[in-house]
Amino acid sequence: MIKTRGLRKSFRSRAGRETKTVDAVRGVNLDVAEGEIFGFLGPNGAGKTTTLRMLATLIEPDGGEATIAGANLRKEPAEVRRRIGYVAQGGSTWDESTAREELVLQARFYGIGKAEAQRRAARALDAFQLTEYADRKCKTYSGGQRRRVEIALGIIHEPKIVFLDEPTTGLDPQSRAHMWDEIRRLRAEGMTVFITTHYLDEADALCDRIAIMDHGQVVAEGTPAELKREISGEVVQVGLDAANTPRAAELLDSEAYVNKLETVDQGGLRLFVEDGATAIPQVLRRLDAAGLDLRSIELHRPSLDDVFLTKTGRSLRES
Amino acid sequence: MKLARDTWLIFQRQIQLLLRNPVWVFVGVFQPVMYLLLFAPLLTKALNAPTQAAAYKFFVPGLLVLLAIFGGLFQGFGLIAELRAGVIERSRVTPVSRLALLLGRSLRDVVSLIAQAIIITLLALLFDLRVFIGYLLLAYLMLALIALMTSAVSYGVALKVKSEDALAPLMNTVAQPVLLLSGILLPLAYAPGWLQGVANWNPFSWAVLGSRALFAGDLSNAKVWQGLTIVAVLAVAGVVWAARQFARSVR
Repeated sequence: MIKTRGLRKSFRSRAGRETKTVDAVRGVNLDVAEGEIFGFLGPNGAGKTTTLRMLATLIEPDGGEATIAGANLRKEPAEVRRRIGYVAQGGSTWDESTAREELVLQARFYGIGKAEAQRRAARALDAFQLTEYADRKCKTYSGGQRRRVEIALGIIHEPKIVFLDEPTTGLDPQSRAHMWDEIRRLRAEGMTVFITTHYLDEADALCDRIAIMDHGQVVAEGTPAELKREISGEVVQVGLDAANTPRAAELLDSEAYVNKLETVDQGGLRLFVEDGATAIPQVLRRLDAAGLDLRSIELHRPSLDDVFLTKTGRSLRES
Repeated sequence: MKLARDTWLIFQRQIQLLLRNPVWVFVGVFQPVMYLLLFAPLLTKALNAPTQAAAYKFFVPGLLVLLAIFGGLFQGFGLIAELRAGVIERSRVTPVSRLALLLGRSLRDVVSLIAQAIIITLLALLFDLRVFIGYLLLAYLMLALIALMTSAVSYGVALKVKSEDALAPLMNTVAQPVLLLSGILLPLAYAPGWLQGVANWNPFSWAVLGSRALFAGDLSNAKVWQGLTIVAVLAVAGVVWAARQFARSVR
């Protein structure tokens, strides 16, 4: 459905007299299959939105190739527009218009006739449970309602692919869960859904496959399960005072059962081990023998954050 | 045909939103009416006009051109609000014609200007202004072309600067000399030679002279076709330039 090779984009920014070139996207290769929910995970500023905006024809790539729903991004952007839907992060509804007006207009932008546009708007309002508010101005809507209108706008022309830029950012937990259901429903209807997110749990729970992006590049790609499996075994998280951390790291790094070790910024360590249950007593003994105070110790299955940490050396939560 | 259809879609929406907020109609008419009531009476004596009607014949066409210039130049503010709301970006990911995104909005501005102009003209009738209807329609054509140009330019600049803080001083800086050099308030015939020379380069002073000739019933005056040609050419140039801004990728 989507195939990109070497997609690049840099921006020139001016700070005083100097112009600086920022490489926002530095050669992105993606393969998104039909009918999947593909997630783009990464911290703010990783280049997710820039990539998305290139795929949605809003900005022109500096280099690279992309095919979207069978249309060439650079040679036939108009064709790409007809086949995709795009829902921006910052909203796209006009305060003074009603949801119904917005939906009808949006459908008509795609060349759909008036009567059919009205039918589609009514159907979309129904599907997104907006009928009750359909004829109120958008400024009266709650955040969740407004986001639903925006997604309805993005798919009114029944595109093959819909791009959703951070669809749940700023929503309360209930609206967020509701939004996940809506996104799964789109997939059930046969649509390919491409979302960006900086929420780990969202990528984990919602996406069939994800690409982790950092500093303008894809650093890992696969199903959430595959990515987590790449980090074999389990993670032991050891809570330590910052002062004791370097010494503890030195001691434990030489232990045979520790595959990999990461220092947590505020103090503490994360140990990647094969078997956590047998590792914990050994860690306790080792640190105790050295007289290092332990604040806490916990065992967990690798999360996407661990994947991010091993790929980039930083925690996603911190970046 | 797609262009005409898309333009109509945008125009319809914009007019609908305009009418939903009728306070704009009031604001749009209030200021020119003030000029008509509080400034024009000074002119009869100041210009040594034989009658009040003669003074209005001089002043009203200029006032209408002023309205067209200012009404158009400040339309960009509305567009910046739309940019911020994401409405423009949402339009730009659809196959809708980019020229229509501009034309639909500019046509709304032209229509609302003509509505204002009609109200002003009707009021001026109360002050003994009399104009032949055919000439009046030609003068309205001139106004429409001016408004089309200034609103298109304003939209284009708004897309470039993307901020009200930059747009306001920019438009004021443009509007002020344009106003002073167009002979709207007082005839440029009073100006010293160098000032008249500068004013000759101001397309709006040609438009004002052309409109005055029409109001005076002097269709044979060369200023009429010259004014119309100048504003028509500029309107086309303004629209082409602004439509490019709509088509261009914006970050």
